[in-house]
Amino acid sequence: MEYHFNFTIVWRHSWRLWSGLALSLQIALASLGIGMVIGLVLAVAYTDGRRIARAAIAGYVEFIRNTPLLLLVYLVFYGIPSIGGFAYDATTSFIATLAVYAGAQLVEVFRAGFDAVPPGVVDAGLAIGLTPVRNLLHVRLPTALRVSLPALSNAYVSLFKDTALGSVIAVPELTHGAQWINFNTFRILEIYALLTPIYLVTGWIILAALRLLERRFAIARPA
Amino acid sequence: MIYALPFLGEGFLVTLAVSGLVVAGSLGLGLVLGTALAFGPRWLGLPIRAFADTARAIPLIVLIFTVYYGLPALGANLPPFWAAVAALTLFKTGHVIEIVRGAVGSIAPGQMEAAKAIGLTFVARLRYVIFPQAVRRFLPPWINSVTDSVKGSALVSLVGVVDLMLAIQQVIGRTYQPMPLYLLGAAIYIAVNATLSVASRRLEARFARVVAA
Repeated sequence: MEYHFNFTIVWRHSWRLWSGLALSLQIALASLGIGMVIGLVLAVAYTDGRRIARAAIAGYVEFIRNTPLLLLVYLVFYGIPSIGGFAYDATTSFIATLAVYAGAQLVEVFRAGFDAVPPGVVDAGLAIGLTPVRNLLHVRLPTALRVSLPALSNAYVSLFKDTALGSVIAVPELTHGAQWINFNTFRILEIYALLTPIYLVTGWIILAALRLLERRFAIARPA
Repeated sequence: MIYALPFLGEGFLVTLAVSGLVVAGSLGLGLVLGTALAFGPRWLGLPIRAFADTARAIPLIVLIFTVYYGLPALGANLPPFWAAVAALTLFKTGHVIEIVRGAVGSIAPGQMEAAKAIGLTFVARLRYVIFPQAVRRFLPPWINSVTDSVKGSALVSLVGVVDLMLAIQQVIGRTYQPMPLYLLGAAIYIAVNATLSVASRRLEARFARVVAA
């Protein structure tokens, strides 16, 4: 092996990695937030809705879950402007794509969460005179959210890893920064030897922090 | 758009080839390593566990780039197709190890002890007692991982392998009509993956009935 490691060149450009990491975390958070809204609305529509709503939501979920994320990224970034007539920048498009992607997965998560609410509690809420909407907000939603917390943590870490795909449409996130350094300095092994531990350590830290949060708020089986 | 179909068909064959190789390779490696993890000594299981966790914790695109750009720097000069297949196989092997561990670990330890008691060798124990029972818990999540392999195979387009994804982009480059082609590509991927998902769900239902009985 005739490769000589030289990390100094990489450290000079490492700011791209740190700013990319920050952007990746923000993109994952934004997508998770929007995805949660989409997932919650659709989960409620699925649980309480009519057959047509259920079929449409199932169709949406199957579409998103069975296509590669790369195809979705291209579809939203290149395809939609071509028929819509407008254009948006890469980061916005990527957040929108990831939000739709997360939404499809979170529909399943929240559906399970709502199913975990004991039917007796739901009936009790209606019996004391709450309207169905208030029942949903005050009785069913808190329990459903707390039951879903572990799955939400996993979804956030998974989304953080999926932000790496933003590099193909030049979102200045972590992988794109690493690619830039690779293409401009040719220090291939150093940069990927640095990138892999960054993803690993960040994933572990996020997961550990979220597990601490879960210990405080999550319930496994509602009483 | 119809004229593009033969071209997309070639890309689809490459996608199938990549997915097939990855699924076969990861299944073989994953079965061996997963069994070693479940039944082997600690010193063997720990590096396997470390490998599986690492392979699953980094994004697939990073793994593909690392293998594709990194291997030549270490001396090995693989063509892009094989570098991408190798990277994908490493990634999926991590998943398969986890699935095997879960399936095999869910079998009561009494089964293994009983098999030892009647004098079967290790291989015979696995073959006649453990694996037949583990298959039920292994197949549904494994078919989901096959779906992931098919979706992950789209990423080989980023290192220049002309699979369905890259074929779509090449056709778009000449026709300037992104949406119809992306939707057609999505339909093809969905056709493959939805078939697998339906099979997985049917299997899960069938096994649940058997286990309950």
